[in-house]
Amino acid sequence: MKLVIINYGAGNIKSIQFAFKRLGVDAILSNDPDEIVAADKIIFPGVGEASSAMKMLRESGLDVLIPTLKQPVLGICLGMQLLCKSTEEGNTKGIGIFQTDVKRFSNDVKVPQMGWNVIKDLKSDLFKGIKENEYMYLVHSYYAEHCNETIAKTDYGINYASALQHNNFYGVQFHPEKSSTAGAKILQNFLKL
Amino acid sequence: MLTKRIIPCLDIKNGRTVKGVNFVDLRDAGDPVELAKQYAEVGADELVFLDISATLEGRGTTLDMVMRVAEQVNIPFTVGGGISSIEHVDALLQCGADKVSINSSAVKRPELVNELSNKFGSQCVVVAIDAKQINGQWKVHLAGGSIPTEIDLFEWAKEVENRGAGEILFTSMDHDGTKNGFANKALAKLSDTLNIPIIASGGAGSVQHFKDTFIEGKSDAALAASVFHFGEIPIPELKKELKENNIEVRL
Repeated sequence: MKLVIINYGAGNIKSIQFAFKRLGVDAILSNDPDEIVAADKIIFPGVGEASSAMKMLRESGLDVLIPTLKQPVLGICLGMQLLCKSTEEGNTKGIGIFQTDVKRFSNDVKVPQMGWNVIKDLKSDLFKGIKENEYMYLVHSYYAEHCNETIAKTDYGINYASALQHNNFYGVQFHPEKSSTAGAKILQNFLKL
Repeated sequence: MLTKRIIPCLDIKNGRTVKGVNFVDLRDAGDPVELAKQYAEVGADELVFLDISATLEGRGTTLDMVMRVAEQVNIPFTVGGGISSIEHVDALLQCGADKVSINSSAVKRPELVNELSNKFGSQCVVVAIDAKQINGQWKVHLAGGSIPTEIDLFEWAKEVENRGAGEILFTSMDHDGTKNGFANKALAKLSDTLNIPIIASGGAGSVQHFKDTFIEGKSDAALAASVFHFGEIPIPELKKELKENNIEVRL
């Protein structure tokens, strides 16, 4: 199993690497296109601000490489959002794998949403063995609107897509690497896809 | 629904837990990693490590500890204590900390909040505020609550929100250590005036106090130390009782 975490300078990727290490898999951190293409599984992380993250992706050409990937790719948090068509954060055009847009939460709720919330209406093998209404750890100010690629839903003021899937591309808004044993199970499922 | 969070706080000196901890199952109660793992297993939602090391060498040990916690613990954690530079925050996040909390350094140089949130994102910037009432006014205190300032708690909290803080950790010095309950009136006012999460700290002594701070205090999370460390309030029982009182918690 060759697992690559795309390292483009965005956010805390150590936690993801450690989470896979706890599952017995040594993930490689890389921004080298050859190494990414040669991987069996790819993690596309992201914490921080969308427009600067997109800028880093464009500068390294990864925005062009990512849509051509054929192996399972898992976008986490901002990684998932950048795989959407666009995000209101910094009025940023995304990579456009998922046919949906990312909006800011309204101020009727506290922003960011920070903490544990449930995921439901689970579809996809990514959630094999995960029960409905399982708790996941989330930290975000922007959310993906539902589309027919929604594979998990969460309520926070509104009901939104907390996970998406398009062919070999998966995205989760929550942080499986920080979501206790249930989160670890999702990462393990991803390794088995 | 987003749940209310229960957060044990560990004081760390030179990479070791300092406040007496009385966990029967631990091989080494002074090892923050052992303790953190134990807390994650019993259902703590998050952890806060407060570094009270006085020396640079001691701080260095803490970085190593942060790395070991990140390696072994599968819930989020915050590191605070003596953080005043972007470089220090960068090092902590690189070691795997999810958030950092800043306190006196933000009062001394408020631009630090902007700088940190611009560089690392609001989500990882917790501003800790220690305050106590002087003539009926909540005044911010520095250096672990020992130095009073003229700064008003609510104005300061609003200012750091505007500067990009992702969360407020409010400790009432009037309540801390009393085990008489949290400063719920002030907490509710913070929650009403701000649009970021508020963590209540100082005063936890019973399960009822947690209920009160989540309902009357409108707190998003509650932090405590000794009641958890000495097993006075076991976290599974606390959460079960909160749930029975219709307070959303992760079980």
